[in-house]
Amino acid sequence: MSAPHYPGFDTLALHAGAAPDPATGARATPIYLTSSFVFKDSDHAASLFNMERAGHVYSRISNPTNAVLEERIAALEGGVAGIAVASGQAAMHLGLVTIAGAGSHIVASRALYGGSQNLLAYTMKRFGIETTFVDPRDLDAWRAAIRPNTKVLFAETLGNPGLDVLDIEQVSSIAHANHLPLMLDSTFTTPYLLRPFDLGADLVFHSATKFLCGHGTAIGGLLVDGGTFDWHAAYEQSGRFAELCEPYEGFHGMVFAEESTVAPFALRARREGLRDFGAVMSPHNAFAILQGIETLGLRMDRHVANTRKIVEFLSTHAAVESVSYPELPSHPDHALAKKLLPKGCGAVFSFSIKGDRASGQRFVEALKIFSHLANVGDAKSLVIHPASTTHFRVPAAQLVASGITEGTMRLSVGLEDVDDLIEDLAAGLKASERAPSKGL
Amino acid sequence: MLLTVHNQPAYCYTGGKPFDATLPTAVFIHGAQHDHSVWALQTRYFAHHGFGVLAVDLPGHGRSAGQPLGTVEQQADWLLAVLDAAGVESACLIGHSMGSLIALETTYRAADRVTKLALLASAYPMKVSDSLLDAAQHQELQAIDMVNIWSHSSYAQKPSAPGPGFSVVGGNRRLMQRIAAGNPAQVFHTDFTACNDYANGAVAAAAVTCPTLFLLGQQDLMTSARASAPLVNAIAHARVTRLERCGHALMAEQPDAVLSELFSFARDAQ
Repeated sequence: MSAPHYPGFDTLALHAGAAPDPATGARATPIYLTSSFVFKDSDHAASLFNMERAGHVYSRISNPTNAVLEERIAALEGGVAGIAVASGQAAMHLGLVTIAGAGSHIVASRALYGGSQNLLAYTMKRFGIETTFVDPRDLDAWRAAIRPNTKVLFAETLGNPGLDVLDIEQVSSIAHANHLPLMLDSTFTTPYLLRPFDLGADLVFHSATKFLCGHGTAIGGLLVDGGTFDWHAAYEQSGRFAELCEPYEGFHGMVFAEESTVAPFALRARREGLRDFGAVMSPHNAFAILQGIETLGLRMDRHVANTRKIVEFLSTHAAVESVSYPELPSHPDHALAKKLLPKGCGAVFSFSIKGDRASGQRFVEALKIFSHLANVGDAKSLVIHPASTTHFRVPAAQLVASGITEGTMRLSVGLEDVDDLIEDLAAGLKASERAPSKGL
Repeated sequence: MLLTVHNQPAYCYTGGKPFDATLPTAVFIHGAQHDHSVWALQTRYFAHHGFGVLAVDLPGHGRSAGQPLGTVEQQADWLLAVLDAAGVESACLIGHSMGSLIALETTYRAADRVTKLALLASAYPMKVSDSLLDAAQHQELQAIDMVNIWSHSSYAQKPSAPGPGFSVVGGNRRLMQRIAAGNPAQVFHTDFTACNDYANGAVAAAAVTCPTLFLLGQQDLMTSARASAPLVNAIAHARVTRLERCGHALMAEQPDAVLSELFSFARDAQ
C-alpha cells in the first residue's frame, strides 16, 4: 500500500476551497457581490439560522467568495477554519474578543507592530481588557506575567521592529502548561515560510493586505483557528473559556464546544464576532487576496531571494551602520531562525544608515524605485523612514528606546530586478552621505 | 448529556436541546477515531424537528470515559445500555462506518428496540489492511493522515461543514488527532481491529427486518462500492442511495444531502 499524501503548498494555494462554479462552470472564483441569499422555503431558512444546515444567509456572516478564501487559508496553515475580516486589525480584535472580555488579561510580546500595540495598550484597556507586555525572548517573563484571568498569549512570528524570532515551541509550551492558547500574528512570515500550528500555536492571524494579497490592492485580515487547543479541557482545568464551554444566550443557548470538538473558537468568532462587530471583508477584496495567494509561493521565494542580496549589499556598505535580519550571524535569533525559517526570514527588515535624521531624509528622497509609504508586503519595493514619519515627534533618545535610530530605515523588498533595487539603494546611500546644502 | 453506562460516564450530544425520551429517538453512532461532532448539522436538525437525539461518544472517544471497546459486539451491548440509561425503549439507529456495524449488531441483538436502521459508508466484511492496522498501532499520526486523505473526495466541499469557512479535511484531521491525544489507549488500532474482526455481519444482516437505508459515497475509498455490495445485497429490502462528489466522510462532504436522506427516512411512516 503506497502512503497517500496531502497536496503540496502551491497546489493548495491554487485549489483549496475552490471548485468550478456549479451555476456557470466558471473556473476562477466568482465575486459574489450580494448582500443576501434566497431561502428555498421557511424550513430551510430556519435551519440555516439555527446551524442545522450549512449555507449562506447574509454576507456579514458568510459569503461564497469569502468562504473560498477562508477555506484556502485554513488549508495552507493546516488549521480547521478561517474567517475573513476587514483588516489585519479586525482579525486581531476578533481573535482576542472571542475569548476575552472586561476583566480579562492578555500577555503579549512587547515587540509588536504599532497598531497592535495601540489596540492592546490603550483601546482594549478602555474596554476592561488589560495587557502585560514582555520581552518575547524572556521565557521566564512570559511565565511570570500569567494571571488567573489571563486568556491568551500573543506575539508576532517576527517581531517589530527588530525581527525577533519567536520561539513558538517554547512559548506555546508555557501557554499550554497554563491551559492557555497562543495566538500569533503571522503576517511577515506567511504560511509559505512558517506554519505556526505545526510548532504549537493555536490561533493565527494575518494582515492579508500584505504578502497574501501581495500587490497592495486590498485591505483585509484573516483569522485562522488551528483546532489544536482543547478549550473544553482547559475549561475543566482552569474555569476559563466559559465563552465556548457554557450555554451562550446570544445563540439559543448554544455550547460551542459541544457543537464542535475542534473548532468552537471559529464557530463563536463567526456566530458572535462577525454578526455583532460586523468587520466583514468585501467579496471584492476576498477575490483580490485569492488572486495573490495563488502565486504566494512563487512570490515569497523571489521576495526572499531579493532580500538576501540586498542584505548582503547593505551589510558591507560604508554608509550603513547596521543591518537587522535574522539570517545574519549578528542577529540575536540567528540560530532559532535557521531552525524555524529555513526558507527565509521574510522580506521586511530594518537597517540604519550613518548620520542624523536629515541623512535619512536625503536617503529616502533620493530613491527612485522604492516607494516611500506606510505599508509592507507589496510586489513593489517600499521604504519608510520612521524618524521622519511615524516617529517624527519622538526625540532621538526615545527613539533608541524603541529600538530605532534617526537613521533607521524599514525596507519591504519587492519583486523587481534585484540589481535595479541595489542600484537605487546605492544612490540613496550616496545622497545620505552628502553634506547638507548651505544654500547661496 | 452525561449518562452513567457500565459504571462509566457516557456522553451523548442531544442536538442543542434537552433530550426528551417521549419523542421518537434517533441514535447517531460515529465511526473509528471520531466522536459525536461528526454529526453536528444532522443532529441539530433532528433535535429541532421532532426527534429526541442521542449522538454518542463511544467509550474512550471524546467525552466518554473508559477504554475503547475491542469488539463490535461489546460496543453493541454498550449502546443498548445507553438506551436503558436514557430511558429509551426503541430508536432509529444511524451509524457511520464502524458505527454502522455497531448499529447492525445492536439490531441483531435487540430487534424489538430498533425501529429503523441507517447504515452510512458501510461494508461487511469491513476488512482493514494489515499495513493500516500496523500503522494505527505503531504510527498513529501517520495512520490518521492516511485515513483522512482516503476519506475525502476533494479539498473544496461546498457547502463546507459545519459551515462556510471551515476546512473539512483539516477539521477531520484535528478531530482524529484529538481523539488520539485524549486517550492513552490506542483508540484507532482498537477501533480498526474491532471492524476487522467482526464476524457476525452476515448473520445480523440476514436477520434485519426493520426499514433500512444505505447511504454510500460514490468516491468512497475506505468502504468502496465493491466492499459494500455483500452487505447491501444481504438486506434486500433496504433502500440504497449513493451520493455524488462524496467519499467516506459523507456527513461533512455532503451535509445537506445526508440530512435530507436521513430525515426523510427516519420521519416517513414514523
